[in-house]
Amino acid sequence: MAKQTVLKVSEGRTEETIKGFLKSLLEKGVVEAILIPKRLPSGDGFAQTLIHDPEKMDGACALSLTMPVQSAKVASHLSIKNLNKKVAAVLKACEIRAIVELAKFLQVKLDNLFLIGVDCPGTFEVSDYSKMIQEGREGEKLTGEILKGMERGEAVPPQGYVFRPACEMCEYPVPKADIHIKLFGYKTDEEVGLEIGEKLEKELEEKGILSFSGNEPSSRKEIVDRVVAERAKKRDAAFQEFSGGVKDLQSFLDRFSTCIRCHNCMVACPICYCKECVFRTAIFEHEGDQFLRWADRKGGIRMPTDTLIFHLIRMSHMVTSCIGCGLCDSACPSRLPVATLFRSVGDKIQKMFKYVPGRDVNEVPPVATFKEDELKIESGAL
Amino acid sequence: MADFEPRIVAFLCHWCTYTGADLAGTTRQQYPPNIRVIHLMCSGAVDSIYVLKALIDGADGVLLGGCHPGDCHYQTGNYKARRRVAILKGILNQMGFTEDRIWLKWISASEGKLFADTVTKMTNDLKKMGPNPMKQLWNA
Repeated sequence: MAKQTVLKVSEGRTEETIKGFLKSLLEKGVVEAILIPKRLPSGDGFAQTLIHDPEKMDGACALSLTMPVQSAKVASHLSIKNLNKKVAAVLKACEIRAIVELAKFLQVKLDNLFLIGVDCPGTFEVSDYSKMIQEGREGEKLTGEILKGMERGEAVPPQGYVFRPACEMCEYPVPKADIHIKLFGYKTDEEVGLEIGEKLEKELEEKGILSFSGNEPSSRKEIVDRVVAERAKKRDAAFQEFSGGVKDLQSFLDRFSTCIRCHNCMVACPICYCKECVFRTAIFEHEGDQFLRWADRKGGIRMPTDTLIFHLIRMSHMVTSCIGCGLCDSACPSRLPVATLFRSVGDKIQKMFKYVPGRDVNEVPPVATFKEDELKIESGAL
Repeated sequence: MADFEPRIVAFLCHWCTYTGADLAGTTRQQYPPNIRVIHLMCSGAVDSIYVLKALIDGADGVLLGGCHPGDCHYQTGNYKARRRVAILKGILNQMGFTEDRIWLKWISASEGKLFADTVTKMTNDLKKMGPNPMKQLWNA
């Protein structure tokens, strides 16, 4: 059973307090290093940083407002080959869910990795955040305003900006982690909540980092439920709008006609982990004659070719595990609604197998298992 | 559309459906010549990419033939194939492409007649459906 406690915030400096707690994990030797977003020297963005020296925690932000990379990928690189010392990673809920999926595919090893999850108000596009700062807003103040909003479950972006579409319709703002930093429903200038999982509770208490006391505010559950309900509503509306726009294959292709097959969505996707992607093999290096035959049959073909098969196959590979982080959206130079596509298709397919990606590391992904008596899809009753 | 002859690409497993097709031949079962057979060791070896590539490049239908549930020579290949086909059909459905062009059929080595009947029915159904719209899309 996970244990609850609170971190008392001194002088209203929430970020500093959380940082102080994380720093103590390094100082007391609970972990060898911490992976945490750090404010860039320019102040107009964040970058995931692996910090070993507690004195180098300056600028580290548990609640970063952008997601330049999916840290599940970082966690994969970090843990897959000989990670022999304990490392903690400060992550967003979708990053943890992606890590859970990657762990099932043996792409992340959780043995020496502690997951620290932070309640997520949503993130901004990297370019939007940079613009906000350039317009003269102060990063820490921005975070402070968002934190204040989270107390009531109403994190509001600055005038003229929105959270990333994937965040607006993300119904998993609350992570499941070894250390869960709870912000929704807390007066964050006075205290923030902490929930410590079984892996760490004993050690943190013994090393005098924490003592367990107190319960979460009674209003928290209602606030979280409301945030989830609002986002689910936006999600359903987005799905409906999307499926309304795709009536047949032609309308789908029209919608995706600006795809330049750059593979960015694939590179950004945490679930696409194959070392050798089929789309980068000789299978898709066609001979000149082949292009001419296609052009001959159809009168003319769009170049580059293979955009439809790319999206369909990518979908058939990752859609059961799509956790909806939306980094494919952010990575798309043509601003295609790839995340909505993957999520709305994923939603249907995941329901078919009653599977929720990222829910539990002990669940088996639908593509890796089966039931003997299921899916009556045999065709052609004679 | 009377003279439309559909082209069916069939992925047949070695142990059941391919042998069933062989039996259809040796027992002189008649069936339409619209089918092009690709011989695989197991229906579980069929990647979705084979099916899609066939459909995008001009096949009017794709038939996946495997052993009956419980009979897979490799124990579980056909169950995995079934999930893969279900996922692919689910995706295509939402792309506005009719999933009826993909057939999954369990035909054992002793069911030559079932193989012939399946090909006949699939051919007739595809004739009614008309050509696969995907093969004419310039941007597919």
